[in-house]
Amino acid sequence: MKKILVCIKRVVDYNVRVRVKPDGSGVMLDGVKMSVNPFDEIALEEGLRIKERLGNVEVVAVSIGVADTQQQLRTALAMGADRAILVQTDAAVEPLTAAQTFLALAKKENPDLILLGKQAIDDDANQTGQMLAAIWERPQATYASKVEINGEKLSVTREIDAGLETIEVDLPAVLTVDLRLNEPRYVKLPDIMKAKKKPLDVTSLDALGIVVNQWLKVVKTDPPAQRQKGIMVKDVGELVDVLKKKGLI
Amino acid sequence: MNSVLIVGEHDGKTLNQATAKCVTCAKAIPDATITIVLFGADTSGVSTQAASLAGVTTVLRVDRPENEHPLAAILAPQVAALATDYSHIFGPSTSFGKDLLPRVAALLDVGQVSDLMAVESAHRFRRPIYAGNAIITVEADPAKKLVATVRVASFEAAAGGGTAAVETKSLSVDLPSHTRYVGAKSGSTDRPDLQTAAKVVSGGRALGSADNFKLLFGLADKLGAAVGASRAAVDAGYAPNEMQVGQTGKIISPEIYIAIGISGAIQHLTGIKDARTIVAINKDGEAPIFEVADVGLVGDLFQIIPELERLVGT
Repeated sequence: MKKILVCIKRVVDYNVRVRVKPDGSGVMLDGVKMSVNPFDEIALEEGLRIKERLGNVEVVAVSIGVADTQQQLRTALAMGADRAILVQTDAAVEPLTAAQTFLALAKKENPDLILLGKQAIDDDANQTGQMLAAIWERPQATYASKVEINGEKLSVTREIDAGLETIEVDLPAVLTVDLRLNEPRYVKLPDIMKAKKKPLDVTSLDALGIVVNQWLKVVKTDPPAQRQKGIMVKDVGELVDVLKKKGLI
Repeated sequence: MNSVLIVGEHDGKTLNQATAKCVTCAKAIPDATITIVLFGADTSGVSTQAASLAGVTTVLRVDRPENEHPLAAILAPQVAALATDYSHIFGPSTSFGKDLLPRVAALLDVGQVSDLMAVESAHRFRRPIYAGNAIITVEADPAKKLVATVRVASFEAAAGGGTAAVETKSLSVDLPSHTRYVGAKSGSTDRPDLQTAAKVVSGGRALGSADNFKLLFGLADKLGAAVGASRAAVDAGYAPNEMQVGQTGKIISPEIYIAIGISGAIQHLTGIKDARTIVAINKDGEAPIFEVADVGLVGDLFQIIPELERLVGT
């Protein structure tokens, strides 16, 4: 294991309550706090832990997005990534285009492992890692909650609906991470200062030969249906009566 | 004329109910024939179950030893090879489908509609984004294949009584050897499956410990309910991951959801908003869970749980 790519997405911060624009043209993003997608933070943490365990591994953080995505890559560098690459674009990039872009980077960088979050908390698509693995023609281990490296193989425990599943994949491979894989480290001030000196290269989709494709056209954005506010009961007896009357228990 | 191929989910013995929900979604596609494909080492039993789903025309069995465990890298090229004959390829938005379908979409060089929640036309759908804080309507190019994962909480299961033809299909597809199944550890219980249960009792961080969390099991068993958990409870180690309900866990739609000691973070609420009735029990009367609950009770969980368990059976 010599090199790990970690794919980072700039998303609306986890704590922001996203609201739909009244005209249905999208969600309100002006002035909203942006952060590293929390799952990608876990992916980066895992890459850094592998580096610390094995030594002599380069961790490269990569992202696709607007110029300000440099902020999120600086965060990744402060966490401990060795260098970063931003594929700068103002275009809305769908998961397959993102996967094609990461593949183009992978062909230049030849990583042994590509780490991503299992989904981004903005579009909740849960696609990019799987798509990247498909077009890279390499294994995918999604929803990882435990990763062991055995030479040129990875043993990965995955969180699935029925419990936990373990698979073994040959490197190079794509790994998408789940919540309980690790707890990302906090960034300390000296690390932020150090990160400013680390290399952050900016390239473009054109330079990588990527054409932005739109497979799904978003025609409308609506707020979700609201549930009616219900009733409060004063004790367990009344609760049981209400539920029995509704035929629920 | 549309033709929908549904990748059926099963464990070798039982067809997962998520498949029947995909059938209902597929029926909403105008003028569609519906085919279910089953991959496995021996799908004879599950193919009978799939063939009985009303509305299904054909069930395809692709039996080979490599298909015993559902590995996306193994199944995706087979689904992609079959896709030639279909306009739509659906799978459930479960850990099985979410792992597999994007790999299929990429092999077909198309995007994917994740968590399809409503069909507006053959190529126009609705799906949630931002943990369900917004619903987008998307349109796909009718000239291309449409790959989607179906948000199972949005659809009822298709009824039985169908008589689909069962066909054995052999595909000449080279399968990779770079991905191997090792084993699984499931928290198998006699309780109903959380994803499809009619009743769910769910606990949060306020339970305080793994031992206290077990208090819910008695209540659940008395009700015949599945047990769920908030992310906070799973992260704290009170409950295993397969119990997690919410944006990154299971999205469920039971008849009744009893949330005990769950504050109601938006990421949790997105997993339960299709529940018919939500009951919230919490010591904090200001907890956001009460904003969405149909019935709320403020009080001490450790008094309420045993009392509720005693009273529900009477």
